[in-house]
Amino acid sequence: MEALMNLWEWLGENLIVIQILIKIVVIVAPLMLCVAYFTYAERKIIGYMQVRIGPNRVGPKGWLQPIADAVKLMFKEITIPTGANKLLFLIAPMLTLGPALAAWAVFPFDEGLVLSDINAGLLYLIALTSVGVYGVIIAGWASNSKYAFLGAMRSAAQIVSYEIAMGFALVGVLVAAGSLNLGEIVRAQQGDGGLFNWFWLPLFPLFLIYFISGVAETNRAPFDVAEGESEIVAGFHVEYSGMPFAVFFLGEYANMILISALTSLLFLGGWLSPFHGWPLLGPLFEWVPGFFWLFFKAAAVGFFFLWLRATFPRYRYDQIMRLGWKVFIPITIVWIAVVGLAVVFEMPWWFD
Amino acid sequence: MKVLRDYVKSLFLLELMRGLGLTGRYLFKKKFTVQYPEERAPISPRFRGLHAQRRYASGEERCIACKLCEATCPALAITIEAKPREDGSRRTTRYDIDLFKCIFCGYCQESCPVDAIVETRHYEYHFENREDAIMTKEKLLAVGDKYEAQLAADIAAQARYR
Repeated sequence: MEALMNLWEWLGENLIVIQILIKIVVIVAPLMLCVAYFTYAERKIIGYMQVRIGPNRVGPKGWLQPIADAVKLMFKEITIPTGANKLLFLIAPMLTLGPALAAWAVFPFDEGLVLSDINAGLLYLIALTSVGVYGVIIAGWASNSKYAFLGAMRSAAQIVSYEIAMGFALVGVLVAAGSLNLGEIVRAQQGDGGLFNWFWLPLFPLFLIYFISGVAETNRAPFDVAEGESEIVAGFHVEYSGMPFAVFFLGEYANMILISALTSLLFLGGWLSPFHGWPLLGPLFEWVPGFFWLFFKAAAVGFFFLWLRATFPRYRYDQIMRLGWKVFIPITIVWIAVVGLAVVFEMPWWFD
Repeated sequence: MKVLRDYVKSLFLLELMRGLGLTGRYLFKKKFTVQYPEERAPISPRFRGLHAQRRYASGEERCIACKLCEATCPALAITIEAKPREDGSRRTTRYDIDLFKCIFCGYCQESCPVDAIVETRHYEYHFENREDAIMTKEKLLAVGDKYEAQLAADIAAQARYR
């Protein structure tokens, strides 16, 4: 142990690149595993909601299904349409996955457990989650296909609209927390009320809007017009096969996990125990490491993604735009004003 | 007033919540999936699967080349050629069913006056070459020989409804 710590410090002084790489692997490898089993959970949960049982053939109870899918996709042929722009065609999937992974750099998994504790963390996240849409647009353009292009255009318009509502929801959070640092935001939610001290209660409309915009942002049902199987085949990724398709898939699910984790960080108290400060239950759960609370919260929010997909039909395109511009943006603006007043007048319980 | 009520309803996502509640309830419903290769759904004696030609107990083929099945087949899947055999009886020289054309309606079985062409309960078969999908007379008779006991029982069970 001592030797390992020494080696670690030596790496930090002399070969910092190696040290950073190790840190990245420690975050990304479990994340990829989560992505794989999130697809499994999706198929199982949606199956159960449709009174089916979902995949159960590969391995016990289907546990190896995601591995089998990954292997299958890796061995499939990568076809590039003749009219496609080869470079952009192959860059596009990486451009969707990259930001979804890079965003985890500022993500605090527990008190002090964060790769880079920068003060503009929230700003960095807004910037990176917006980059993801370029992957979709470039994929649609580079495919040289009508359907892909239509999907890309729809996705661009949708994401740009919801980006604003999402940004405003985040503004509400940072007004309430008084910081852009994600760790600070979580610490601002600490209190003796446990889960009633978290931001979801005073910022309830923003919490809902952030989550729904997140669903729209990740192009998930009921906002999946970018894929819209019944209308434009598969949307922006019609022309993709094999590994590039798998990378798109990974990007979509990594984004979902990111949005779920961020929702739990910004509104559901991150690594804080929901029973903190409660009589009886508080001390009973004090031993649980903060990381597990975060994991459970993110899993619960992730479950909602799947639940929504199993329940709702796809939005009509003009209704998506109406919801984004005429409902979400006004509500967020009003609520930012409400939160601002609450902070200025130091409303009890949350902002005193 | 109604406008206001509808507005509140949609703003607070009330109906969407009810939808979520419904799928949430179904999440815990009992699943009735049949685990196919291990479990099978029960099959009716009227099941229309792979075709077969039957023989009499003496080993003589039943088909008398009346061509009713060929005439009734809505998918034109049956091709028959007939010629007198050496003993003078009328028999088919060719009896082909194209399983790519066949829609498994069972009209051939209905029309057959001697219960020669029938459809078995057998539904698990595959072809590896396209020409294998043509069921020739030999193949049909072989299928018939294989499932004769089952076929006789099924036809007997159905006799009173025909």
